[in-house]
Amino acid sequence: MKIYVPADSAAKALGADDVARAIIDEAARRGQEITLVRNGSRGMIWLEPLVEVETASGRTAFGPVTPKDAAALLDGTLAGLGPVESIPFFARQNRLTFARCGLIDPLSLADYEAHGGLSGLRRALAMDSAGIVQEVTNSGLRGRGGAGFPTGIKWDTVRKAQADRKYIVCNADEGDSGTFADRMIMEGDPFTLIEGMVIAGLGTGATKGFVYIRSEYPDAISVMQQAVSVARDQGLLGASVLGSGKAFDLEVRVGAGAYVCGEETSLLNSLEGKRGIVRAKPPLPALEGLFGKPTVVNNVLSLATIPVIFERGAAHYAGFGLGRSKGTMPIQIAGNVKRGGLFETAFGIPLGELVNDIAGGTATGRPVKAVQVGGPLGAYMPVSKFDTPFGYEEFDGQGGLIGHAGIVVFDDMTDMLGMARFAMEFCAVESCGKCTPCRIGAVRGVETIDRIGRGDAAAIPVLTDLCETMKDGSLCALGGFTPFPVMSALTHFPDDFARHKEAAE
Amino acid sequence: MAPSNAEPTTDRLQGLIDDHLTLEGPLLPILHAMQAEFGHVPQAAVPMLADALNISKAEVHGVVSFYHDFREVPAGRHVVKICRAEACKSVGADGLAEATLARLGVEWHGTTKNGAITIEPVYCLGLCACGPAAMVDGKVIGRVDEARMARILEEAGA
Ligand SMILES: Cc1cc2nc3c(=O)[nH]c(=O)nc-3n(C[C@H](O)[C@H](O)[C@H](O)COP(=O)(O)O)c2cc1C
Ligand code: SF4
Repeated sequence: MKIYVPADSAAKALGADDVARAIIDEAARRGQEITLVRNGSRGMIWLEPLVEVETASGRTAFGPVTPKDAAALLDGTLAGLGPVESIPFFARQNRLTFARCGLIDPLSLADYEAHGGLSGLRRALAMDSAGIVQEVTNSGLRGRGGAGFPTGIKWDTVRKAQADRKYIVCNADEGDSGTFADRMIMEGDPFTLIEGMVIAGLGTGATKGFVYIRSEYPDAISVMQQAVSVARDQGLLGASVLGSGKAFDLEVRVGAGAYVCGEETSLLNSLEGKRGIVRAKPPLPALEGLFGKPTVVNNVLSLATIPVIFERGAAHYAGFGLGRSKGTMPIQIAGNVKRGGLFETAFGIPLGELVNDIAGGTATGRPVKAVQVGGPLGAYMPVSKFDTPFGYEEFDGQGGLIGHAGIVVFDDMTDMLGMARFAMEFCAVESCGKCTPCRIGAVRGVETIDRIGRGDAAAIPVLTDLCETMKDGSLCALGGFTPFPVMSALTHFPDDFARHKEAAE
Repeated sequence: MAPSNAEPTTDRLQGLIDDHLTLEGPLLPILHAMQAEFGHVPQAAVPMLADALNISKAEVHGVVSFYHDFREVPAGRHVVKICRAEACKSVGADGLAEATLARLGVEWHGTTKNGAITIEPVYCLGLCACGPAAMVDGKVIGRVDEARMARILEEAGA
């Protein structure tokens, strides 16, 4: 009997380690032979710990499982959910990037290969660098870290740059609240990321990679470190990748609790051992990046999507999506929802469908008030914008952004003035300090919102002006985009900014 | 992972520095190693780092103070981090944090009088579909309510 109990941190946070121990103890007590695999998460967090039992007829899911269920699970009397693939939340997805996550043993390269892993890399090894980059360009893949910049164009700049050394840097700083896809794939299918980085190296002529993981993710750090060492032992990394004679190696590095280090130039400074201050662009990191050398900086999901593009072909990937948003997006449904988790789907799905149908509305059962899309720098979308299709241009057109594709749902008890204040406070805490509108503006923003909260309506235009100044005068999106959550809260929920006035009068 | 209470000796600090000097950009890995061993970055390490990396003491200090993770004095025996970010706020993180701070009689970053617990804010643990989230000495916990927090604090010796 083979049993899968996720070691994903969300599953652990909900008791998966205790469940695994209970199953092992119960099997030992009975003298029953079992194989217990700690897999990644299938992404249905409300069902975690989600345990799967493999029998001759396939895998059956159970969840949420508690340690008390161990005996019934082994007896075969525990009520199950059927195969994961038949659970509606899962059945409705198009899993490309996350195809293997939760399915395989994350640290078994053999399991990885048996499920399609390395076939993309083998194909890339037979291509020249220009061909590799062209394939990425043809796929239409855009950066999944937030800015949506075409990945192929970035790679081509690095490929054409002349230098004695080039780098691939994977941005695994994932600081946006409401996002956890990078964490999930690093914990559940780390070789996908490694394979993507190797292909990036082959395409651009870089021989060294870094994965910069935030320190808030100790489990992901540990899995990635182990995966890198397995990959080295088995010849996926090193002086001759899969015996090709081409070199690529990588190192895992750990952040130190600064949100701004997710900004690519700040991240490069941090890797170099400096303060995480944002650099002015130009020069582009693609030309003068890490230690001044040409550098690809890509998000985890961008790189982890590369293998499937090479495995199935660029056209297959580009066949999904809407307009200029090609392919699929691993959308993270979070906050006050009945069914939260990872939902990978082709671009184009309307926001309301995600919130109402897929997520099943709020966990509290109260009406939805607002949905913050794209992390702490993303706008609060009111219910009236629920028909907005999930896509880069489509959200931009509605005064929002999709960012790293986290959606955080809030119910009608939420005080939007409080949320606007928090956005400013967060900016003040995390500012790198380089520009005045961000460093000082955010502090003034908190004060101004407090004035509004005390009933001073004259402070509202002051806040609007301040947001304009921050937008125009900030070097990076921390100062430049904090006005999105603030102004969207003010514009769409004016009552929350006036209610306080009445209370004061 | 609670750090040991070992006294930072010059030899040991130098050893940690030397272990990492072949890395490209070794400063953050060294600081992490020191913090893992001593629970903070000892003052005595600053001139040694400046020397080894050929940068000024001010630069070393600038780096240590820039990052929220690095401490210049040791924390309590256990560090409890409570997520303050939006996804956790949507499911009641503010109330949980307020109650916890009130119960312990400390502010954010404060340590209980008996030295058992330091409470820190954290902005996202990637547990956004099972908040409110917390982390105790590197161990993740989801759907934390006040009762659960009370047990956590008790176990940690508050
Ligand atoms: C304040 C700030 C924080 C950011 N945080 C992240 C992050 O955590 N992860 C990420 O991939 N990109 C982040 N970005 C975007 C990066 O600067 C950069 O655009 C991205 O890593 C490029 O990779 P991509 O093209 O694959 O998206 C952030 C940007 C800003 C301004
Ligand atoms: S906007 Fe803020 S975080 Fe960005 S560079 Fe300026 S000061 Fe630094």
